[in-house]
Amino acid sequence: MNPAARRWVFLIAGAGLVAFYLWGLTGLPGFGNYPGPYGFIINQVAVGQTKATAVVSAINFEYRGFDTVGEEFILFVAAAGVSVVLRHLRGERERSALDEAKDRDAPPTSEAVRTLALVLIGPVVILGWYLASHAQTSPSGGFQGGVVLATAFVLIYLSGQFLVFKRVSPVAITEAVEAAGAAGFACVGLSAVLMGLPYLTNDLGLGTTPGAIDSSGTIALISFFVGLEVAAAFVLIVGELLEQTLLIRQEGR
Amino acid sequence: MHYFPFLVVAWILAVGLYGIVTSRHLVHQIVCLIVVQSSTYVLLLGVGYVTGGVAPYFYDVPVHTPAVDPVVQALALTDVVVEAAVTALLLAFAIQAHKRFGTLDPQELAELKG
Repeated sequence: MNPAARRWVFLIAGAGLVAFYLWGLTGLPGFGNYPGPYGFIINQVAVGQTKATAVVSAINFEYRGFDTVGEEFILFVAAAGVSVVLRHLRGERERSALDEAKDRDAPPTSEAVRTLALVLIGPVVILGWYLASHAQTSPSGGFQGGVVLATAFVLIYLSGQFLVFKRVSPVAITEAVEAAGAAGFACVGLSAVLMGLPYLTNDLGLGTTPGAIDSSGTIALISFFVGLEVAAAFVLIVGELLEQTLLIRQEGR
Repeated sequence: MHYFPFLVVAWILAVGLYGIVTSRHLVHQIVCLIVVQSSTYVLLLGVGYVTGGVAPYFYDVPVHTPAVDPVVQALALTDVVVEAAVTALLLAFAIQAHKRFGTLDPQELAELKG
């Protein structure tokens, strides 16, 4: 199909989609008129039941914790999938990350970028850990904190060289951390089963003060493991993609 | 009663779909898919919004303060994670497609029948 025909087919289909969407909107209660009741009920009971002041974290790691196990393993499988898709194929060899042209060197990273990246690494690590460890208190959690932590490794790449990035995040260790994070979450759930309770029952002490660092039992613990898993998964994925651009070349290219 | 945020959803969705259909570059097409998926964030958060409601975090506000729906916010978080996973995998496939066929144009790739 040529591009013009393709565009016409899309425009006709798109017009149909818009018509159905607008028709569907007339049945919605309108922006700002959320009808409930689940959101309202959970807002009322979550703080008392879990001692977590962050209701979104309470939902993610407690009320629908089982779904979040699956969600975490989606990321786990994606990281594994990227590794498999980008494995070394026959006819590929590694080449150092130098410029392709023989007659000139790769331009060095500018001092401004290096300095800014180095300055940011510390604060980014602290922010990442803060987010991953305060799921029960404030808008944060393992998923957000893990991504921020992974950013610290990308900053190392920006500030120095790819080889330094590989040295501070060896694939074997990163994979082990990722597996530990994923297994930690699953095992927190299994620990309840061992005590004869349903999977992922919050079997740790909930603490007394809602939102305190030692409150909410397994919510904070699960968030910590999710943080490990997400950070390691993103470092793996970014490392695999960078390796493709910088190290691996096909024979004869 | 108004529907403006839901119309924004339709606009983001339509723009993203148009980009996917007319794209001439796989990476551009993946970015368009991210745009399409962004419309679901706006939709989820828009559906759960309560006029005058605070964020569902009761650290420094009393528990019975009217707040927006936290369920759709948790769902938006799942949405983001899935998007990150899908994007990473698609980019990996794009790299392999370029290695194998030497092009990233979806229309040329369709003709190759690889």
